Amino acid sequence: MPFALLIDLTTCVGCGECRTACQNAHGFPEVEIQKLTANNFTYLEEKEDLYIRRMCQHCEEPACASVCPVGALYKTSAGPVNYDADKCIGCRYCMLACPFDVPSYEWDSINPRVRKCTMCYDERTSKGEATACSEACPAEATLFGERSDLIAEALTRINDDPDSYVPKIYGQAEAGGTSVLYISSVPFEELGFKSTLGYEPLPDKTWDVLSKLPNVVVTAGVMVAAVYWITNRRSEVMEFNEAVKADDHRKNNGREK
Amino acid sequence: MMKISMPKLTVWKIVATLFITGAAIVTFRRFFYGLGETTNLSDAAPWGLWIGFDVVTGVGLAAGGFTLCGIVYLFNLKRFKPIVRPAILTAFLGYMLVIVGLMFDLGRPWAIWHAIIMWNPHSVMFEVAWCVMLYTTVLALEFSPVLLERFKLHKTLKIIKAITIPLVIAGVLLSMLHQSSLGSLYLIIPQKMHAFWYSPMLPVFFFVSAIAVGIGMTVIEAYLSSRAFKRTLETPLLYELSRIMIGVILVYATMRVLDLAEKGLFASILNGSLESNMLLLEFALFIIFPVALFTFKQIRKTRLGLFLISISVVLGFVANRLNVTTTSLDAYFGGVYFPSVEEFILTGGIITAGFWLFSLAVKHLPIFPDEHLDNEEIIIDVTSIRTVSSKPMQV
Repeated sequence: MPFALLIDLTTCVGCGECRTACQNAHGFPEVEIQKLTANNFTYLEEKEDLYIRRMCQHCEEPACASVCPVGALYKTSAGPVNYDADKCIGCRYCMLACPFDVPSYEWDSINPRVRKCTMCYDERTSKGEATACSEACPAEATLFGERSDLIAEALTRINDDPDSYVPKIYGQAEAGGTSVLYISSVPFEELGFKSTLGYEPLPDKTWDVLSKLPNVVVTAGVMVAAVYWITNRRSEVMEFNEAVKADDHRKNNGREK
Repeated sequence: MMKISMPKLTVWKIVATLFITGAAIVTFRRFFYGLGETTNLSDAAPWGLWIGFDVVTGVGLAAGGFTLCGIVYLFNLKRFKPIVRPAILTAFLGYMLVIVGLMFDLGRPWAIWHAIIMWNPHSVMFEVAWCVMLYTTVLALEFSPVLLERFKLHKTLKIIKAITIPLVIAGVLLSMLHQSSLGSLYLIIPQKMHAFWYSPMLPVFFFVSAIAVGIGMTVIEAYLSSRAFKRTLETPLLYELSRIMIGVILVYATMRVLDLAEKGLFASILNGSLESNMLLLEFALFIIFPVALFTFKQIRKTRLGLFLISISVVLGFVANRLNVTTTSLDAYFGGVYFPSVEEFILTGGIITAGFWLFSLAVKHLPIFPDEHLDNEEIIIDVTSIRTVSSKPMQV
């Protein structure tokens, strides 16, 4: 059931219908900004004669959700990474941790929220409906569907026309995989896609440490208690020896043995 | 006894008043106009000075509490007991101020309690939040004897004294957890941080350097308090503490150098980039100066010398934490972040509040051992020994 988006950079004509649909769906001002903001969840960047659609990648194992201390960001079973503003305490660790630098913040609000694409979770995808952007796309450049189906579709498109595509689905495995997939005619690193993320989910890096902590605490606790017992016992023994000495001293009427 | 030279105090008072007034204005603007208005933070640089200094560095500077408690109660080195109370006081005030600083930085500070009921055990921040909560409670209990003595609540005092050791053990374990976890916060962004500072060893580095700076802060307090309040602490004690600190720093230095060697970064240490200069500054202040100064007998045997060594350690520690939290990310952030004037003023105000509360506590509460009290204890000891040894004479 996990849904995903497949973005085919070769068929995108740069009309911007996806952006407009997104802005309308969320009640954002209809403006063309070349970055993700609290009021703009997607934009088109022109590079190498291609239009590249930037948006939240909806990681399979999202760093933002893993670092959130209160679970305000969470991966839904339907695929999207959603946000619950009522839980958020505003630490902005999600923004620091996101490998794609996606979340934005309402810096000028006194009750600020983290803002990012939710893949229309509340309005559409939770009910199995397609996202506003994919519905609006006239060129079949943003496809909505189940992730496995979209990977199959991407492979078909690449195999049917190997000259028009680089043999790679960006997002299939990057940082543990994402729910937004891309295929392209130009190598992804030349288009500004992050190419140094590796294929391991980033949350593993902290979980490697966090999962060891219970053992560390028990071991350190035993060691610390042992140190206390030894040093304390040592001073007890010293005190006892001195008392014995004093006792001997008394028994011998003040004379040495 | 309490005659303090007036002109010096006046200068400090003016600076303090300016900072506190400034911080009050920033407080108003921060909570009525938002973070965007008062800070230079942005989507590109979501964490700045308030997290980097007020929280991450602040927790480290308050590490003297668990370090001294461990030395005195667990390693049973009772001769350091006179410095335990000021160390606990600093730690307690330090954690309170960290929480204050955090309230400014959090976008929704009124929701901070959410971490108590909304759990995410996969989050390092969640673990830090719990440890800081629990450890601040431990510190409050460890500090309570001072108040209980002051207000002569002897029954409660007895209960607290009975649980001293469990409290100390809990304090050491909690500190170990969250001091290191402040480093673990950064493990999830290997691709964003400069290689000088990103290391899977970050939690270990953070913990070991916190021990060193905890001792350094204690030496500084002991020195300053003895000047301002005419309380004396013996130089040999400060020397011994400093020696432990230098030992810890040498362990830390070895690990850092090995880490840099493993990453093959020696060549780029001297390449003159912002990062390399900041790394050199950090190493000079935290490792090279203190260790070099400590090798001179004329320096390590004087109070002033030991004080200066500790000042260098503290500055080096601050440099390290700011490097990890800010310098290492500068290139990735695209050089867009430098703290705003208001960010600096609030941080200055929080530091000022720390000094002010510390001096207030020392003046009105039994923090430092009274000299005549010390003498009394010695007399009691001598009499008890005499009673034992004089008994045979009577037989």
